Amino acid sequence: MGELLDAVLRCLIVLGAFLTLPLLVGQMEHKAMAHMQSRVGPMAAGGFHGWAQLVADGIKFVQKESITPAAADRRVFELAPAVALVPYLVAMLAIPLGPFFGQTNLIGQDLDLGLFFVLAAMSVGVLGTLMGGLGSGNKYSYIGGMRVAAQLMSYELPMVLAAASVAMAAGTLSLVGIAQEWEPWWLLTQLPGLVVFFVAGLAELQRPPFDAPLADAELVMGPLTEYGGMRFAMFLLAEYAGIVVLAALTTVLFLGGWAGPWSDHLGWVWSLLKIVAVSFLVIWARVAYPRLREDQVNALAWKVLVPVALAQVTLTTVLVVA
Amino acid sequence: MTLTEIVFLVFAVIAVGSALLSMTSGQLVHAALWLVVTLGAVAGCFVLMTAEFVAWVQVLVYVGSVVVLVIFALMLTRQPSGARSAEVTGNRWVAAVLGAAAAIGLGATMVAGFGGEQIEGRRIGTAGSIGDALFNDWVLPFEILSGVLLAALIGAIVISRSGSDR
Repeated sequence: MGELLDAVLRCLIVLGAFLTLPLLVGQMEHKAMAHMQSRVGPMAAGGFHGWAQLVADGIKFVQKESITPAAADRRVFELAPAVALVPYLVAMLAIPLGPFFGQTNLIGQDLDLGLFFVLAAMSVGVLGTLMGGLGSGNKYSYIGGMRVAAQLMSYELPMVLAAASVAMAAGTLSLVGIAQEWEPWWLLTQLPGLVVFFVAGLAELQRPPFDAPLADAELVMGPLTEYGGMRFAMFLLAEYAGIVVLAALTTVLFLGGWAGPWSDHLGWVWSLLKIVAVSFLVIWARVAYPRLREDQVNALAWKVLVPVALAQVTLTTVLVVA
Repeated sequence: MTLTEIVFLVFAVIAVGSALLSMTSGQLVHAALWLVVTLGAVAGCFVLMTAEFVAWVQVLVYVGSVVVLVIFALMLTRQPSGARSAEVTGNRWVAAVLGAAAAIGLGATMVAGFGGEQIEGRRIGTAGSIGDALFNDWVLPFEILSGVLLAALIGAIVISRSGSDR
């Protein structure tokens, strides 16, 4: 009975994190982007610096009419937002946050193969966007969908290679194990892997500067063009949940997870701080860099990231064997 | 019948059923998406057989990449959405017979080779044990396979480049 209660409690914590952390990142994007562009961002909603802006947005989305275009492939179109969103929830189940006041680990489930589980779940999420692009019956969505597919194929390989390098260094595929094996000098020896992983993650999430599939100046909104109301909100939530998962994975793999002073009790605070810091980098990249053209996106993956990732794997092999 | 066996049967039925739907669907996009369901159900079967590593790799490689590659290839060649986008040719029944023969042959080989074998605990499904098996017992087939893949890769590059010279 205690075990069942424990499992239910952990699932509820993960669900709570899934519903709040993406909103926090979204609000941070509003404010950080605004200040980087010499604006103030939302100020009115909720009173204090517009903290309730996303809540207000959510209420607006709920009230909107749900439209399915006549030319759309109805079932595919309606299923796509769920396919985009659910994998990130599943991925969060396996990401450890570290010790929580005596509790050994604040995590949904510690899996032997946690790394592969999370990467597999993340790769499924992109299918949702692809389904949206194919099912909308709209040429902009269609072209966006093609770009999604091309981008996913290019960036999956360097991402998995960079993650594999860390797994080799740690000698385990368990996320908890990797974070425990982490040592500060990995920041240097795994640095190329960290950069490759982060950039490939940005591309997999279709975040700027890799948002050629959405490219609002040429493709309206890419695969999301025909979506509105709650379905569009689900896609948005999936995007921010994706940022949280990517930031959490980068933290656990490359930044030592909960490593820090008093990590026996405050480990989860360190994890969360690092996740917020990496999420901030994701937002910063959006403001700092212009969108890459579609051919540049693929050239970067195959001509820069894959060779660097392979070199990183070679370096890790030498270090582990030596 | 244990609970595991019942869940395994459910996954197996889903896999076969969605595979049939994938083959008979009139729309190419639906065919590709039913293929996703098939591959996911097979991954579920792998989990139930304690082969977790194979299961997650199945999802990562097949659902996450191969299906996307299939859809991408379809998108490049023609508009895959819309009714009757899938082509029905006269070879349909020959293909069905060949597919059934291959399925029965492979199934019979499996039953003849491994029928009645018991799997103890979780010792064979882990990443470590698969790595041991690959690089100790099966290293020669593994290397030959990588040579075949390299040859296919070079062949694809040669074919795709020969057109641009003309």
